This record gives sequence, C-alpha cells and structure tokens, in this order.
Amino acid sequence: MLNPQEIIATNEMIDQQNLDIRTITMGISLLGCIDPDPAVCCRKIYDRITKCAENLVKTGEDIESEFGIPIVNKRISVTPMALIAESCNTEDYVPFAKAMDDAAREVGVNFIGGFSALVHKGFTPGDLRLIESIPEALAQTQRVCSSVNVATTKAGINMDAVAKMGQTIKKSAQLTADSGGMGCAKLVVFANAVEDNPFMAGAFHGIGEPDCVINVGVSGPGVVYHALKTMKGQPFDEVAETIKKTAFRITRMGQLVAQEASRRLGVPFGIVDLSLAPTPAIGDSVADILEEMGLSSVGAHGTTAALALLNDAVKKGGVMASSHVGGLSGAFIPVSEDAGMIRAAQKGLLTLSKLEAMTCVCSVGLDMIAVPGDTPAETIAAIIADEAAIGVVNNKTTAVRIIPAPGKIVGDVVDFGGLLGSAPVMPVSECDSGTFIRRGGRIPAPMHSLKN
Amino acid sequence: MRAIVTVIGKDQVGIIAGVSTLLASEDVNILDISQTVLQGYFTMFMLVDLAACRLSFRELADALDKKGQERGLTIRIQRTEIFDAMHRI
Repeated sequence: MLNPQEIIATNEMIDQQNLDIRTITMGISLLGCIDPDPAVCCRKIYDRITKCAENLVKTGEDIESEFGIPIVNKRISVTPMALIAESCNTEDYVPFAKAMDDAAREVGVNFIGGFSALVHKGFTPGDLRLIESIPEALAQTQRVCSSVNVATTKAGINMDAVAKMGQTIKKSAQLTADSGGMGCAKLVVFANAVEDNPFMAGAFHGIGEPDCVINVGVSGPGVVYHALKTMKGQPFDEVAETIKKTAFRITRMGQLVAQEASRRLGVPFGIVDLSLAPTPAIGDSVADILEEMGLSSVGAHGTTAALALLNDAVKKGGVMASSHVGGLSGAFIPVSEDAGMIRAAQKGLLTLSKLEAMTCVCSVGLDMIAVPGDTPAETIAAIIADEAAIGVVNNKTTAVRIIPAPGKIVGDVVDFGGLLGSAPVMPVSECDSGTFIRRGGRIPAPMHSLKN
Repeated sequence: MRAIVTVIGKDQVGIIAGVSTLLASEDVNILDISQTVLQGYFTMFMLVDLAACRLSFRELADALDKKGQERGLTIRIQRTEIFDAMHRI
C-alpha cells in the first residue's frame, strides 16, 4: 500500500542527507592463478578478475537506477598478493600490481584492494618482496590499494614489520611526491585485519573466504546527524535509541542491495559492513554527529565518549537488520574525508593524541592523516606501534593510513581530490622513538589472547 | 514488479493526466494514487505494477524523467522493496 510518509522519509534521506550505499565490493580468490612463470601468473590474474567482475559495475548501476539509491563505489578485493606471487620465480612484484590495475580499469572499478601481505608473526620471502615492491607498485598504478597486517591479538606485534612499514610509507610518499604523497593514501597498516572488509584502502579477500563473494558497505552519517537534530537536550538514552533506529533503517537498505547484487551476479552474499563512512561533502560528516551531541568541536573533552556511544548504537541498530554483519563495522574517522574533522584539525582543536584515544572506541584507526614531510620513518613506525597495541590489547581492528606529505609543514593542506578529500598537515611529537623501533623482534601476544 | 512513481513540482493543470497517459501507453497499471501539497509543492505518489510494462525499468525511468523535464517537474520511479526494507519489519 502507499504510505506517503515512508516514501518522503526515504527520499529525503537520499536527496538531502546523503544516504547512499558506499560500496559494493566483490571479493575474488586468486589462488587458482598461481603459476611459476610471473608473466603467465599476471595474465591469469587479469583474466580471472575481468571474468568474475565483468558485470559488477553494470549490475550496481541497474540496482542504483531501480531502487533510486546511489551506490557510490563498485570495487574489488583479491587474495593477498604475497600469497599468489610467492609461487613465481621473480623478485619484482610490481607487475602483479599492474595486472590488478589493468583489470580494474577494464571492468570500470575505481579501486582494487589486495596488494597485501599478512606478516603479524613473521615474513615469508614473498611477504618481504611484496613489501619491498609497495612504493613502486603504488606509484606506477592508479587503482591498486595495498595493506599489510603487522599484528594480531593472537600473535602479538611484529615490530620488524612495524619498522619496515615506517620506511615503506616514507618511500611511498617520496615516489608520489608530485601528488602530495598519494601513494600513502592507498596504503594501510593493520592490526587484526579482517578478511571481508569491503572498504578501501584496506580491503583484501581473506583466505577463509569463498571463491567469489559480494560484501556491501553502507553509509549515512548525514542521516544520523539529521535524526539527532530533533533530539536537542535529550538524555543519552534517547540519543542512543534514535541512532539505533536510524542505523536499522540504513542497514536494511544495505541488506536489500547486497542480496539483490548477490542474486543478479550469481555470487554468494558475504556480509554487510555497518560502518558510518563520511565523505568530504557537507552534511556527510561523523564529526558533525559528535558535535550535534553537544561538543563545540570534535576534539573537545567528551569526544571519545560521544564516539563510543555512536559506534555502539550503530552496531546495535544495524545488527538486527542484516543476516550477516562483518567487515570493520564501526564509525570511520578519516581526517581528510570528513569536513568536520578537517575543520577541527585546521583549527588545531583535533590532535593526533585525541585521535589515538578515539580509535580505542571505534573503527578503525588513524586514517588519512597528513603529517610533516620530514617526519622520520621511526616516528611513523612508532605511531603504527601505538595503534597496533590498541588493537591487539582491545581485541579490535586498528589501522594507520598516514601521509608524510613531501615538502609540507604543519598548517599546510594536502589535496587528494574526490572521496579522499584534503588533509591538513598535523603536528607529530618531536621526541625520538628511533632506539625503541630499532630493537625489532616481536611484542608478545597479551595474556587475554590465551582463551583455550 | 511493483514500483512507486513520485512526482514533485509546481501545481499545474494536467499533471496526473500527463503521467498516467504515459504509464498507460507503456502498459503500466496504476494500483493506487495519493497526492498532497508539501511545502508549497504538488506531490503525487503512484503505486504501479510493471508486470506488463513494455519498457525496461531504466527506459521507463528515462521516459518519466523526460516527461518531468518538459513540465518542470521531478518524476522518479523506484521499486517498492526499498521502502518496505527501510520502514517495515
């Protein structure tokens, strides 16, 4: 039956509050592409991706058109490339990234994730070669995203990998200096990385996943913000209830789209990721939600508590609306991609220390943060170590996506364009962490990882 | 397949006639109509059945959009499932 109120409510969310499906991500296993000849392996990778995903973009556009809901990104994640490339007799893994890039261009997706290695307990030769290849791979491709998992709650923190990633990030920035260090915007260092994350740049298709799968990431910070605008002065119980109801609606839509995409593509449905993902567009900001709760600016004392409430209520509302919830499922706080975060960082009201505290209670970590170009590799590694410790001890995913912007100093702004937005360069501690990082080895897994 | 046609714009003679003529010519059956004035704009909702529709969904959406542009109206069509998913359990 016709219910005008429901139709109006839905279309207002889409038209005025930036409600969208943030991504339909097809996860593709590349295990069948293993071949000792690197050229043959690359060709198999290209063929496999282009065959599986040939209808991905068109299907996404059809669903978008029929339901009237924007689907912002169609993307692909693949098996961590270190696992595939290790079979080949080659030292240089850049051609594998190029094969991914070519395939992504052919099928029309804007990002492909999985130039990745999982090294939380140690490196295989293939892992080391992949990490060595990351800066060149990111500089020579447009669409490839890379991630490295350096820690888990079960394994502890691989501090050799942490140190190496500090250097890798620095080199990536240098090789893409003409675009502000863009390579680093496509590189994520994880603790407790998940296998079914649909969001870039950290998506990869885990080894426990099926041959091919559809994962969907919903969004909608603007819808939550709008709902809270009607709740001025109400106690937090009411705030949490309102967020839960809103998250339920958003997620039901995500579930519908995920099932529809899965059916049309003939590929199993994996998960809906409940993350609130902002964009640089006005009115699509997680920071705005926190400020609507009563903070004069994100970064004020109280921000961590506000974010904890938001993150929890989104999950509680969303989990009932989807048959399978997974991925990262938490509020994202990427500094460059959120107008409110950018505003607060530019005014010096939001610092790295506060962001680090915020990552204790939300997904996913220090995300899209620009720091001065002369920040030492050891300092970046130490930032990664701190985030990894938060993830490992709290049994959650944390990540670092940091850009030491070449030639930039505190107060400058690095503009990446599009969904990646623009990042104000934030100050880091000038104290030296070099001796700490150079110790190497592994930080043991915490006591509470021993659950058996 | 059922869908909702939403028409929003300045009130004028012949809106319902124009939209329903187009729908009839493509064998789209109108099941229910509701109209109201919202913030000064004429707003109409139609529940339609596309089982016998001669056009693909996207062609029909484009035809409605074109019709809307001719008259200074916004006309969109969406499958009903999205509203059910978001508002009904």
